[in-house]
Amino acid sequence: MTLELKAASKVTRGITHIKPTSLVLETGHFNVLLGQTGSGKTSLIKLMAGLDPLASGQIFMDGVDVSKLSTQKRNISLVHQFFVNYPQMSVYDNIASPLRVAGMAKSEIDDRVAEAAKILQLEPMLKRRPQELSGGQQQRCALARAIAKESRAVFLDEPLANLDYKLREELREQLPELFAGRGAVVVYATSEPEEALLLGGKTALMDDGVVTQFGTTAEIYRKPENLTAARVFSDPPINSAEIVKAGSEARLRTGVSWTMSGVAADLPDGVYTVAVRPHHVTPVQAGPGAVALNGTVQVTELSGSESSAHFQMGDDGWVSLAHGVHPYEIGEEHAFYMDASQCFYFTPDGKLVA
Amino acid sequence: MKTENQKAWFFVLPVLLLVAFNALIPIMTVVNYSVQETFGDNLFFWEGLSWFEQILRSDRFHDALGRQFLFTFLILIIEVPLGIIIALSMPKKGIWVPVCLVTMALPMLIPWNVVGAMWNIFTLPDIGLLGYFINNTLGIEYNMTRSPVAAWVTIIVMDVWHWTSLVVLLSYAGLVSIPDAYYQAAKIDGASPWKVFRYIQLPKMKTVLTIAILLRFMDSFNIYTEPFVLTGGGPGNSTTLLSIDLVKIALGQFDLGPAAAMSLIYFAITLLVSWLFYTLMTKDDAK
Repeated sequence: MTLELKAASKVTRGITHIKPTSLVLETGHFNVLLGQTGSGKTSLIKLMAGLDPLASGQIFMDGVDVSKLSTQKRNISLVHQFFVNYPQMSVYDNIASPLRVAGMAKSEIDDRVAEAAKILQLEPMLKRRPQELSGGQQQRCALARAIAKESRAVFLDEPLANLDYKLREELREQLPELFAGRGAVVVYATSEPEEALLLGGKTALMDDGVVTQFGTTAEIYRKPENLTAARVFSDPPINSAEIVKAGSEARLRTGVSWTMSGVAADLPDGVYTVAVRPHHVTPVQAGPGAVALNGTVQVTELSGSESSAHFQMGDDGWVSLAHGVHPYEIGEEHAFYMDASQCFYFTPDGKLVA
Repeated sequence: MKTENQKAWFFVLPVLLLVAFNALIPIMTVVNYSVQETFGDNLFFWEGLSWFEQILRSDRFHDALGRQFLFTFLILIIEVPLGIIIALSMPKKGIWVPVCLVTMALPMLIPWNVVGAMWNIFTLPDIGLLGYFINNTLGIEYNMTRSPVAAWVTIIVMDVWHWTSLVVLLSYAGLVSIPDAYYQAAKIDGASPWKVFRYIQLPKMKTVLTIAILLRFMDSFNIYTEPFVLTGGGPGNSTTLLSIDLVKIALGQFDLGPAAAMSLIYFAITLLVSWLFYTLMTKDDAK
């Protein structure tokens, strides 16, 4: 299966929700839509699912134009952020409902429901109603419906967002396995960069109704094409500041400077934006290439085995993320060390140059 | 150390007084009348349960009760489906929503006796807009002061006009609270409009519908003002519903004992049927 968008866009009452977007999504791995809230992930999914009409462009499934085809004829499944099940039906009937509408034989429905229920560990609850289940079980019921249907494309719209931490991790581990070898194109929308990295496959970065970059997840993480992509794919947010390059020296407005290496050193002189992920700014000196940044600590957070600090240096706010517990005092002057070899350099209009 | 005292009772006292004055004392007065005979001068004679026996055996009570059940049955069977259909066809968003809601709420804002008077004049055969139209333009004989059928049609239509809005507004509130995701799920499954209604809209409207049906049952079963103003129970006794008959016995004939007994029986029936409705409609949830 392939799902292809050709300059597909969505406009409602004069407001553009999705700018013309082209994408080729394939089976065999997860296709993650990563973007912040309001970036258009759900809109794009609804467009692909046929729930909203296209303003322009086309959508192809296996090379066949389905732009005008109604949702039910596209043979797709959609799992929502909140748990959507038919309240009056048992779990069994919920999983079986799309199969019944399709007019499948009773024995085959039985087989498929049994299989889906087994994979999602819903067997003991088949006779219960959705409201008698826990949140995680309700979402598994919705997932089972999507699996049993054996649709050509499965859209998962932040399916784990409303689950508690523990369940989220558990289900996230199972997800790739669930859909492996089913031949469906799996599209997974999320706002968490970490989730995209864990699920692997390919990632499409979304920002303001447009896909800014599409490729294998690891590649995008390593080489964000532009500053927006780098920002979307970093949590806590990526540090960025303006530098002036002269020769092989990069100088921040605060006066801190370092020697650029590799491709960066060959760039023409001028103004650039440097961006570095928070975990490459640490409170301990890592190596000889480390650049010292002295700032005033403003906010600190301790999350499990990592501690982060937001500090102010000149006009810019910076974030550091480091393993271990580091005692910070709010308002104190603290030295942080930036690994200059991990820096991205962007042109002033946001394009990656090194 | 825990101090034990009876102070808590003082906190319950205000509620107790309130309930006593608005429910217990009036009801006990009625109970008092229902087991005694009085001829004025505050003289009472013990009668036991004979008034209850008299009412329960009287054909007049049976007839009024029959008419009352027929009336309530017709009201529910018309207003509930009609209310749901109107709610389903109302817009979900846009500028027409407030227009529809206000239009729907208007009939309910009119005082009950005014509704009766309005429909009385409206249906007069010689000068009423509707009455004149049916009699003279359509040529159909329609006079509710002479024909029991016309009188029944009129009180039913009047009540439908007055109270269907309640079912509409409650159903509508239930409908708009259904997230879009449910409709999308149904669309993806390829469910028909009937299935969407049966498996998504109806279950989601159930709570408010239970309330709507209960309210419409109680109100229509206890209805007095509108038919009293409109037909006065006539022609003959054809539209004499329970409450109208009760007032006739109590204030017309001044038979306070039988009237009190009838009130209590009336109350018991209303309570019993309401309980039945409620139990039946919420049975599924309790499972």
